[in-house]
Amino acid sequence: MSCSRRKLLKSAMTATLAASLPISAFRFLSPAECRAATGTEGTRWVFLIDTNKCVGCGFCVKACKKENEIPYDAPVTRTWVERYVVTEDRKTHIDSPMGGRDGFIDPKIRGEELVDPENIAKTFFVPKLCNQCDNPPCVQVCPVGATYQTGDGVTLVDREWCIGCGYCIMACPYGVRFFHPVHRVADKCTFCYHLISKGRQTACVDACPFGARRIGNLLDQDDPVTRIIMTERVAVLKDEYGTKPQAFYLGLDRNVR
Amino acid sequence: MTQELIVHGAEWTEKLLYVYPNEYIYWSIQIVMYPYMTGLVAGAFVLSSLYHVFGQKDLREMARFSLVFSLALLPVAMMPLMLHLQQPLRGIYVMFTPHFTSAIAAFGIVFSTYAAIVLTEIWFVYREYFVQQTIALQGKEGLAHRSKRVLYHILTLGAYNTDPAAIAKDKKAVKIMAAIGIPVAGFLHGYAGFIFGSVKANALWMSPLMPVIFIMSAVVSGIALCMLTYIIIMEWKKLKATLAKGRGDESVIDIRGAEMDVISKTARYLMMFLVAAISLEILDLIFRGYTAMKSWDILRSVMFDADFFKIFILQYGLGNALPFIMLLLPGLTIRRTAVALVLVLFGVFMMRWNVVIGGQAFSLSFEGFMHYHLPIIPHDMETFKEGLFGALTVAATPFILFWGLNKILPTLTIGNR
Amino acid sequence: MKNHVLRPLWIVLAVIILILTARHFMVPNNFGVHGEGFTYNFHRLSNVEEWRNFKVKYQGREYCRDCHDANVESSAGSKHGAIQCENCHGPAIDHPDDPETLDIDTGRELCLRCHAALPYPDNPRARIISIDGDLHNPDTDCIECHDPHNPDLEEG
Repeated sequence: MSCSRRKLLKSAMTATLAASLPISAFRFLSPAECRAATGTEGTRWVFLIDTNKCVGCGFCVKACKKENEIPYDAPVTRTWVERYVVTEDRKTHIDSPMGGRDGFIDPKIRGEELVDPENIAKTFFVPKLCNQCDNPPCVQVCPVGATYQTGDGVTLVDREWCIGCGYCIMACPYGVRFFHPVHRVADKCTFCYHLISKGRQTACVDACPFGARRIGNLLDQDDPVTRIIMTERVAVLKDEYGTKPQAFYLGLDRNVR
Repeated sequence: MTQELIVHGAEWTEKLLYVYPNEYIYWSIQIVMYPYMTGLVAGAFVLSSLYHVFGQKDLREMARFSLVFSLALLPVAMMPLMLHLQQPLRGIYVMFTPHFTSAIAAFGIVFSTYAAIVLTEIWFVYREYFVQQTIALQGKEGLAHRSKRVLYHILTLGAYNTDPAAIAKDKKAVKIMAAIGIPVAGFLHGYAGFIFGSVKANALWMSPLMPVIFIMSAVVSGIALCMLTYIIIMEWKKLKATLAKGRGDESVIDIRGAEMDVISKTARYLMMFLVAAISLEILDLIFRGYTAMKSWDILRSVMFDADFFKIFILQYGLGNALPFIMLLLPGLTIRRTAVALVLVLFGVFMMRWNVVIGGQAFSLSFEGFMHYHLPIIPHDMETFKEGLFGALTVAATPFILFWGLNKILPTLTIGNR
Repeated sequence: MKNHVLRPLWIVLAVIILILTARHFMVPNNFGVHGEGFTYNFHRLSNVEEWRNFKVKYQGREYCRDCHDANVESSAGSKHGAIQCENCHGPAIDHPDDPETLDIDTGRELCLRCHAALPYPDNPRARIISIDGDLHNPDTDCIECHDPHNPDLEEG
């Protein structure tokens, strides 16, 4: 009996080794050649959102959807604006009808809940978009290398290679990812990579009449956005996940989710 | 321009209060089926290994049965994943460019390793039979016979040697494959738990206990399924013996005695794993409540309000506590065991449901909820794939495959020889 | 037939070789680690270029100025000067070739994005002149009375 037990242990050991072997074999085979940096040297794109300036017009969402070919009437969006109404009873009422695409015209929250104007303590609009994290959990969990971080800090999705498993959508604490209704692959904000690579601003930054959204290069000391991030009190969303988000907020309230 | 718009998840997700615009129940019924089916695969394989590795003689017939059954279950562990992919044709990319920092990337490799082990073991078990069939079918006329002979001829892989030395080698190889298979089967399932446990964005899933909980409940469901099939087979044999020789015949009493003996022994193991699984789950719950992190408020309202019935009544009550008491009470009968086993299988399914769907029942904003409405009547591919009928297809496939495999790899007749 | 035991192994090896061969032909050769590490930089290199070449739709005010010099000047100096032409006129894309005529949004809803009254005195929105959309000439387009390019109420 003891003899067979030893045999079992032995074969179990062999099994474990055998099971781990193909994994390591594949790792060696992953092509590590052409290690050229993909982004521009010395660039790290970051975003700055001033919630004190946002009036919730939603032009940013409209421009984003049209610029990036996100079906206009689909309820998914790369960027959205949230409305926060905090009342005197310390309750927070939040909504974002169609992601704020058509602005906020109705004082009713989610079109149903009318908050008594006398009872309102504070209100603010918070634009959201991909935080282009330094440690993007969405990239970490992609099983096929279909999403990645460029050398200048933007996380992109390869539409030719995404298998559509949805793991990246699950891994993002900010809910910025979704399945593209036409391409049927994971989709997310690219900081309008096609525009910023041409020296332009993102579509949402251009569309904002109030200067609530700005994009900048964190590695450029003279960039006005970098100056604000360095010299003023900025906050980020959901710091506790260790994702190191790179969308910075001015005037962020503790109620913001 | 009329493009077909499918917002994945919008079909079956109902949002309440504030949920981020892009949030939907992206992982639906098929992701509930996936860990459930892999758990059954692992269980069936482990049972067959009990005979081959530890030489449990009374499981001889059961071993062949469960080995071929685990082969039938194999593609079914992969099916729900393929059905839930938005780009199923690209599934093979997991093998082409595996990104090993992802828990899913290992799936292709672990799964194929496991498939290779099961197929190899079956080949060694059935090689002698393949050779016999090739010889027996020699010279027989008719297309059916000829094509069958060609099939068996291929299946022998050209190894016709059936002298005792060669057969002994086969037996040894079976033993080795069975032994290797156990940890691989465990790994295959444990990491299914890791896929969920490592999602830091999800307050319900993120727990280092998740892989262990998944393995425990997999073993529970695996043992339960095998016990249930064992009972069905023994009842079938008993019925045959009764019809042939009459009720009071010695062979009938023998079968009944042997059946009860095996069942009561295995039931003890089942209860052990059941206790372990429940303890871990309760520990996890207590910790969440005691530490009361930011997410506790929303978790509590999901668990104790929205999903109370599904978690505490269906899963813990009907699926865990009731069968546990049924198995524990003295004077265990086959019928009572069978009912308890069905309940255990249901309980594990509900556990998978409550983890997968329950983990998406609340918004990442912690300010809203999402309700899942399982699509029943399909009206497009999406609602079929990720609806009731998709799940039923997955559940029915192993039995259809098993029926087909039995034509080539007879599991029961061979034992009656 | 010296050792038949290894036959399954040859098949497994054959399958692995098959997969590796398929992999060789199907995986683009620029797939690999491009940047700091495997965790965040494992991808198909040419995809970066594909995203850079994504079609631009919003061309910006300067693009409009090339032809509509006067309009750009006058509206830029108005109270609506901060609003891009394309916010209301729609993305230029390759206008005037494609599309030849733009889909201009002249609806009330567009104006109400900023000018609908919300009871938020602390909000930056309170600094914008606002109306109640349901009470202020609800059946009339705003542009029938107000000039969006020069919206100053005192001048008008």
